[in-house]
Amino acid sequence: MTPPATAHARLAVTDRTSRLADHYRVAATIRRFEQMLLDQFARGHVAGTTHTCIGQEVAAVAVTAALDRTRDCVFSNHRGHGHFLAYCGEVFPLLAEILGRPDGVCGGRGGSQHLHLRNFYSNGIQGGTVGNAVGVALAEKTKRSGTVTCAWLGDGTFGEGLVYEAMNTAALWRLPVVFVIEANGIAQTTPTATQLAGSLAARCAVFDIPVAETSGADFAELLAAASRAVDAARAEARPHALVSHAVRLGPHSKGDDTRPAALLEAAWAGDPVARLRGQVGDAADRIDREVADLMALVLAAALAGIGSP
Amino acid sequence: MTRETTVLASLNAGLSAALAADDRVIVLGEDVLDPYGGAFKVTRGLSTRFPDRVLATPISEAGIVAVATGAALRGLRPVVEIMFGDFLFLAGDQIVNHAAKYRAMFNDQVRVPLVIRTPAGGRRGYGPTHSQSLEKHFLGVPGLWVVAPHALADPGALLRQAIDLDDPVLFVENKIDYGAQLATEPADYAAVRLADAASPFPTLWLAPRGPADGLLLCYGGMTGATLTAAATLRATERLDLGLVIVSQLAPTPATHLEAILAKGAPTAVVTVEEAPSEGGWGAEMIATIERIRDSRRLGAIAYRRVGAKSAPIPSARALEDAVLPQVDDIVAAVLDCF
Repeated sequence: MTPPATAHARLAVTDRTSRLADHYRVAATIRRFEQMLLDQFARGHVAGTTHTCIGQEVAAVAVTAALDRTRDCVFSNHRGHGHFLAYCGEVFPLLAEILGRPDGVCGGRGGSQHLHLRNFYSNGIQGGTVGNAVGVALAEKTKRSGTVTCAWLGDGTFGEGLVYEAMNTAALWRLPVVFVIEANGIAQTTPTATQLAGSLAARCAVFDIPVAETSGADFAELLAAASRAVDAARAEARPHALVSHAVRLGPHSKGDDTRPAALLEAAWAGDPVARLRGQVGDAADRIDREVADLMALVLAAALAGIGSP
Repeated sequence: MTRETTVLASLNAGLSAALAADDRVIVLGEDVLDPYGGAFKVTRGLSTRFPDRVLATPISEAGIVAVATGAALRGLRPVVEIMFGDFLFLAGDQIVNHAAKYRAMFNDQVRVPLVIRTPAGGRRGYGPTHSQSLEKHFLGVPGLWVVAPHALADPGALLRQAIDLDDPVLFVENKIDYGAQLATEPADYAAVRLADAASPFPTLWLAPRGPADGLLLCYGGMTGATLTAAATLRATERLDLGLVIVSQLAPTPATHLEAILAKGAPTAVVTVEEAPSEGGWGAEMIATIERIRDSRRLGAIAYRRVGAKSAPIPSARALEDAVLPQVDDIVAAVLDCF
C-alpha cells in the first residue's frame, strides 16, 4: 500500500529553547489526537483498546522537551500516545499503527501500547517497562554515551514490585534514569487514595532517589523541574524522579469513567492544556486551526481504504 | 584451549571465552562474584578476569531479567544467571511479555540478544522449591528459544551459540550434570549431529549399527539415565534402540525429527524428561513425530512418555527417588510398547 501524500505531515516537536506557542502546538495536537481517537472508536473504526492521556498532555511535552533527543532514551507505558508524539511528532504513523495499518510505526503489530521508533520504546505491562528502562540506562552507561533514560510510570504502577527492584538497581548502580511519575489520581477506576499507602515521594526517597513534585498544571513549572531532573541525572550519573499530579480528565480506556461528574468538572476547570493556551495569547486561535487541519489530513489519509468517517 | 573435563568446567570456559571475545557480553546474577563464583560455580573466576562486566545483583529475579532485557535492546549481550530454575516464574512476565515479544511487536526493528541460564533438576534432596524442571512451561512461547546442554556434546560451545543468537534464549542446565564428565558418543552407535537454519541448536542422534527397534528421546539431565536404559534393554531384551538427544527444546526441532524419520520408521517412541510429562516436552515431540508419520504414511508407532510423578518433589531422598523418573521407568515404558 502506498502511503498517501499526507502520510508524512509531521508535527514539529519542541526542545528547551522553543517558544511557548510551539509547545502549545504539541500539547494541542496530542489533545486533539486523543479526542479524535475516542471518536473513531465510537464510530467503530478502531479495534481493540486504547488509553488516552487527556489532561496529561503538558507533562509529556515538557518532559520530552527537557531531553536531548539526539541521544536520550524514552521508555513509555500503556498510556503513551502523548509521550510518543512529543518525542517524534509522527502523527500519521501513530494513527496508522493504532488502526492496524502496515504503514504504522510498528507495521500494525504493536498497536496503541507497543510502540518503537528510534530511542523510544513502550510496552503495555505495568512496571515491566520500568525495569527495562533501567537496563537501557545500564547499556548506555557502558557505552559512555552520556544518555539519560526517561521512564514513564503512573501512581498505579507503584503497586508492582518490579518498580522497587528497578529503582533499587538504578540507585545502586548509579544509572542516569529520570522516573517520571504521572500521579493522575486514579488507577483505571480505583482512586489512588484507596490503593497507595504512604507517599510517592517517600517511596523514591527510600532509595535515595531525589524527587521533585509538581502540580502538573503549569507548563513552565514542569519544564523547569524536568530540565533540572534530566540535567542532574546526567551530571551526577544517578537516578532522579519527577512527579506530575496532573489529573486524567478522560476515561481510562473508552467510556469507562466511573468518577462523579462534579469531580470531573472541577478537574476540567484546571485543565493544563487550557491554561497553556491562555498563556500563548493571540497565536492560540491560529495554532488550533493548524492542528485541526493537520488532524483532518492525517485522519483522512489513515482512513483511506478502511471505510469512510 | 585445554580440553575441559566436566559440564561445569565447559560452561565456565564457554562463558569466559564469550566475555573475552565480545565486550558487549555482560554477566548478571545473584552471588556471581568471586570468591563465591555463583551458587553452582559456573561463574567462578569471571569477576576476577572481567570485573566491569560481571555484575552481582540484588535478589530480584524479575528485576535482573528486566534490566538485562533493556540492556539487550540497546546492544549489549547479557547473560543472566537465575540461581535455581525454580525461580524462573519470578521473572516469567519479563521473559514472556517483554524479552520474547519486543522483536515481533516492534515489527522486527529490534533484537533482544539475551541468555537466561539456570540450573534445574532434582536428585540432590533440595526439596519441593529447589529441585524442579520448570522449562516445559516456557516451551511454545513465541520468540523464546529454550536450550539444554548435555554431557555428550560440548556444553560451553552450546552456551556460546546461545550468546551469539540475536534472540532471547532460556538455557537450562542440570544440577547433577554439572559434575558429569564430558563423554564422547558410545562406540556402538552411529552418531549423527543434526543442525540447520530452522533449528540451529544441535540434536545428537545415536543410531544402532543395525536396524532400530525404537527411538528414545531425551534432553539434558536425563541423557545418562536414558543411555543406561538403552544399554540394559540391549543386554537383557535384545532391543536395539536409537537415541535422540535434543538440545533445542523450543521451538520444536521438527526438521531434525524429519531427518531421523526419513531414515526409517520406528515402531516405538519413548520420550524421557525429568518433569511430570503431562503438558510437557515429550508431548510436543510426539505430536510432531505423529504429524511426520502421518504425512509420510509410515506405520503405526507405539508412544510412551516417561517423566516425574505429578507431585511436589519431596526433600527426603527415598521419597524424591520415588517421584523422579529412574532408569527402571524408562525400561518399563519401552517394554510396554512391545
